[in-house]
Amino acid sequence: MSTAPAPLRDAADWRADFPALRQSVHGRPLVYLDSAASAQQPGAVIDAVASYQREDHANVHRGVHTLSHRATEAYEGARDKLRDFVNASSRSEIVLTKGTTEAINLVAQSYCRPRLQPGDNIVITHLEHHANIVPWQLVCEQTGTELKIAPINDRGEVEVDGLYGLIDEKTVLVGIAHVSNALGTVNPVEDIVAYCRDREAAVLIDGAQGVPHLPVDVQTIDCDFYTFSGHKMFGPTGTGVLYGREALLDAMPPWQGGGDMILEVTFDKTTYNELPYKFEAGTPNISGAVGFAAAVDYLQRIGMRQIADYEHELHDYMVSRLRGVDGIRFIGEATRKASVQSFLLDDIHSHDLGTILDHQGVAVRTGHHCAMPVMQRFGVSGTCRASLALYNNRDDVDRLVAALEKAREIFG
Amino acid sequence: MSDAELRDLYREMILDHSRKPRHFGRLPDATHKADGINPLCGDKLRLYLKIEDGTIESLSFEGTGCAISVASASLMTDAIEGLTVESAESCFDSVTDRLTGGSSHLGAPLEKLAALEGVRDYPSRVKCATLAWHALHAALTEDPHPATTE
Repeated sequence: MSTAPAPLRDAADWRADFPALRQSVHGRPLVYLDSAASAQQPGAVIDAVASYQREDHANVHRGVHTLSHRATEAYEGARDKLRDFVNASSRSEIVLTKGTTEAINLVAQSYCRPRLQPGDNIVITHLEHHANIVPWQLVCEQTGTELKIAPINDRGEVEVDGLYGLIDEKTVLVGIAHVSNALGTVNPVEDIVAYCRDREAAVLIDGAQGVPHLPVDVQTIDCDFYTFSGHKMFGPTGTGVLYGREALLDAMPPWQGGGDMILEVTFDKTTYNELPYKFEAGTPNISGAVGFAAAVDYLQRIGMRQIADYEHELHDYMVSRLRGVDGIRFIGEATRKASVQSFLLDDIHSHDLGTILDHQGVAVRTGHHCAMPVMQRFGVSGTCRASLALYNNRDDVDRLVAALEKAREIFG
Repeated sequence: MSDAELRDLYREMILDHSRKPRHFGRLPDATHKADGINPLCGDKLRLYLKIEDGTIESLSFEGTGCAISVASASLMTDAIEGLTVESAESCFDSVTDRLTGGSSHLGAPLEKLAALEGVRDYPSRVKCATLAWHALHAALTEDPHPATTE
């Protein structure tokens, strides 16, 4: 299970930790610029999952036998690491989910739905991922309440005054991304939380694109809920976290029923388990949690501050190199950005561009990035999005630029 | 993947039809119409047909999409104008079979559709190339649901 901590090394070495990056695609070394969709996994994560499956697997919280004990230790150990990773004050505040989407749905259905009365509202922004839109649409529909959308400006930044103008005494919750997946905008979440705190509106932060790139401290941000996914931060798919303030989680009814979330079941009455198990019905993704924990270990060995600094410099390099490509149009030019640059090239449709880049070994995301309202705001059907992670380097950016030049040649 | 293969996928005929699609626009006296949606790409088109006595007298399409989906729709409208409904359905069978890796022969009036064969190596792009054809099939069978490539 245990892997010896690797010593701190230079950024140039991080890339070597990711086996998937050591391959060629269409005859060229892979340039992976789609980490905002899903990040590659370091060998340490892959090995931790394999080792768990080989040696330690059993169900958690149940058997008295040795393997069940080991599996429980591994699973609960992951929770402790995740608590430390975002500096939650208690392990009761870390609910393990299958991802950000499930975490947001949980809050919509278990926190908001029982509270929402006619006349109440939920406020989100125009730059959200569908996962931070549709769960609120559903609960507003179920309760006959209003979903309000805060505007963004032409640079792709939330208009904070516009947002504040929508928040009133009837606002039950404000949902906002930490970092926009489509635009790369870093939102001023601490300021927004402080504003909402004074008005007694709860705040949920969709941190799926925050945790891979920035140090996150939920107590400093002071939010009520913070959600994130393992696979965006070099862990397995099907893993995620809902951080929630203990008092709020405690007062919320269970979301799903089943095994593990109960203390006692009779046909007359069922008593629910304590936090965080109340929200974890059924056998969880144990091996996923093991990999998720290994990803946290990996990131902490390097240090999130060091990663953020490295990526910031690389992002600036990417932006300046892309700016030099004739016919490029940026979508998303916020003053504070992380990791991502969305763009269009001449009148080439993003999917054609994606195919041409793929032919040259360069993987980017194309289309609407699960943020169709963002596309509508900028009057485009989709964009090409290059997203960086700690394993990318300047060569990757140069390859992207060369591939774009080739696309211009082909489309003449 | 060589540049030649890339140029094969985006050959001149595809680029030409995507930039200057034939039969583009609404058909005011259409008797049949159908929508085609490719949820992955966001390609969207609406197909209009004027069918009289079992013959497709005229047709047109409008919408947005990648070069391959627009070129495919444009080439399709060229190919099936004037055909009987029965022949058009048989063209649908041949083209969708061919573009998804089948052995159908693209004879007259489908010769030009061979320009799209490059997509056979790209599963995600096959859907772009067959979208218009699925919309055609939906219109001819009067399926009230939008055609998708899923």
